[in-house]
Amino acid sequence: MSTLRTRDLVINVPGRPDGYALDMDIEPGQTWGVLGPNGAGKTTLLHTLAGLLPARSGRVLLNESSLAGLKRREIARHIGLVFQERQDSFPATVMETALIGRHPWLSPWESEQGDDQARAQQALALLDVDHLSCRLLNTLSGGERQRVAIATLMTQNPNVWLLDEPTNHLDLHHQVRVMHLLRNQARDGKTIFMCLHDLNLAARWCSHVLLLYTNGDACWGPADAMLESSALEQLYNQKLMTVEADGAPIFVPVSS
Amino acid sequence: MSSSATIRQAYTGSGSVIRSLLVLCIVALLAVLLALALGSVTISPADLLAVIQGEGNALHRTLLWELRLPRTLAAFATGGLLAVAGALMQVLLRNPLADPYVLGLSGGAAVGALLAMLTGMGTLLISGSAFAGAMLATVLVFGLAHGTGSWTPSRLLLTGVVVAAGWGAVITLMLAITPSYKLPGMLYWLMGDVSYARTPWPPLIVLALSIVVVLPLARNLNVLARGPMQAAALGVSVRPLEWTIYILASLLTATAVTTAGSIGFVGLIVPHMLRLVLGNDQRIILPACALAGGTLLVLADTLARTVIAPEQLPVGVITALLGVPTFLYLLHRSR
Repeated sequence: MSTLRTRDLVINVPGRPDGYALDMDIEPGQTWGVLGPNGAGKTTLLHTLAGLLPARSGRVLLNESSLAGLKRREIARHIGLVFQERQDSFPATVMETALIGRHPWLSPWESEQGDDQARAQQALALLDVDHLSCRLLNTLSGGERQRVAIATLMTQNPNVWLLDEPTNHLDLHHQVRVMHLLRNQARDGKTIFMCLHDLNLAARWCSHVLLLYTNGDACWGPADAMLESSALEQLYNQKLMTVEADGAPIFVPVSS
Repeated sequence: MSSSATIRQAYTGSGSVIRSLLVLCIVALLAVLLALALGSVTISPADLLAVIQGEGNALHRTLLWELRLPRTLAAFATGGLLAVAGALMQVLLRNPLADPYVLGLSGGAAVGALLAMLTGMGTLLISGSAFAGAMLATVLVFGLAHGTGSWTPSRLLLTGVVVAAGWGAVITLMLAITPSYKLPGMLYWLMGDVSYARTPWPPLIVLALSIVVVLPLARNLNVLARGPMQAAALGVSVRPLEWTIYILASLLTATAVTTAGSIGFVGLIVPHMLRLVLGNDQRIILPACALAGGTLLVLADTLARTVIAPEQLPVGVITALLGVPTFLYLLHRSR
């Protein structure tokens, strides 16, 4: 189990003055959703938390140690990230892609063994793409590739899961399935932190929410406290209507 | 794309890895034997066996041990070096069409070699000058691509292409001012010719060492092929790895060019074809490239020696004549 903390963290969004410093404690068992308009810095924040981008100021702490002082390989054993955009310049199968997740756990001379493959197989099955394991990635649909990416993270099996819009390209059924899987992972002690575009997914599945504003302002806290219609209207600069369904608020944009 | 390329065995277990490498080994051995047997004087299999056992007539012995074997081994090493360098560059630039030649390394080597020939230096100095030229080209391309910002694959590729065009102009200029009696040697060098190789050992040793260095990095390269950010997220120190690969690929290319002049297409085609058959696991592709690249150049050189024997063609012409249509076909098939 790992806790991710930010201390006076200001992310480096090019051309933007310093925003509000983030002091978050992202604990095991919690599911965080980051909401904000385009260009608010959601992806930048995620990459900063993974140690891939330097912060403008402040620190990211993994448990008690500063991320900047850790080796990449060590970080990769604790923190995993599903990117919003992926490169596949070379053809690779779904299984090969999932097995890439074992990389931080293997020494240079080791190759993937039976239990690595079993892990990958299990992850692919949970994401409902195991029947595609021999297919080349570039022959899959966008939603299928998204699920393979999440299965790769699952094969990597880090304690902290960072996901950049994990429900992108997914149909309704698989959106629910993925969110369900993430919540189960949180219950098993993982730390989940994801960017979302869909307010209603955040309202239904997230325990905590971070609102990121275009000007760099931010506020965070438990989801029920944060998901106030007025705050969200200001966040997106869009009038909203709230209805209640299935025990969670549903936010609907009002036309005009 | 054909269905066999669309569906591939999910994970190539170590058994099938060893099998495919074994097949490549056997094919390489057969190619070497063929190269030893064929030439302006054909040696029959029985005579070949006799010479290998230390018997046979003196002419055959001299022909084999002093002429054909060193040349064949040099061709094998050069082909292997070029193919491995190509495979490394392709992962580095995440572009299956990249090749050390595209980056202008051979241009720099050619300018170095021609300069040495123009001033009438000996063979050893020509080799040294070619090596220096290749390394200069490497530093130049990398330095320029680096510029003030970070270097991206497309920036490196573009810088390489432009610098290569510059080398091309310098080569043309040098050919234009060269006295005509020196021209044939220069042209042969430019087209690639294994007969320049005096001893096969330096390139063979470099090839063997490079495989030892690169194999523990191979899984890192698999991850790097998914993009630098993804690689970093999976624990790869991307920048040091990229530097290592670039320097290694440059050294391999420089060694190959120094051995046999500029031979094109091996670095482009061999990794590409192997990827279609074996997938893109660098742990298989890199040693396979060494074997298949070597085999290809041994066969091409045999062809170059025999097609209009006793005259010889530059081997670069053969690889280009084989390479261009093969490559266009592959490109066409892969859409």
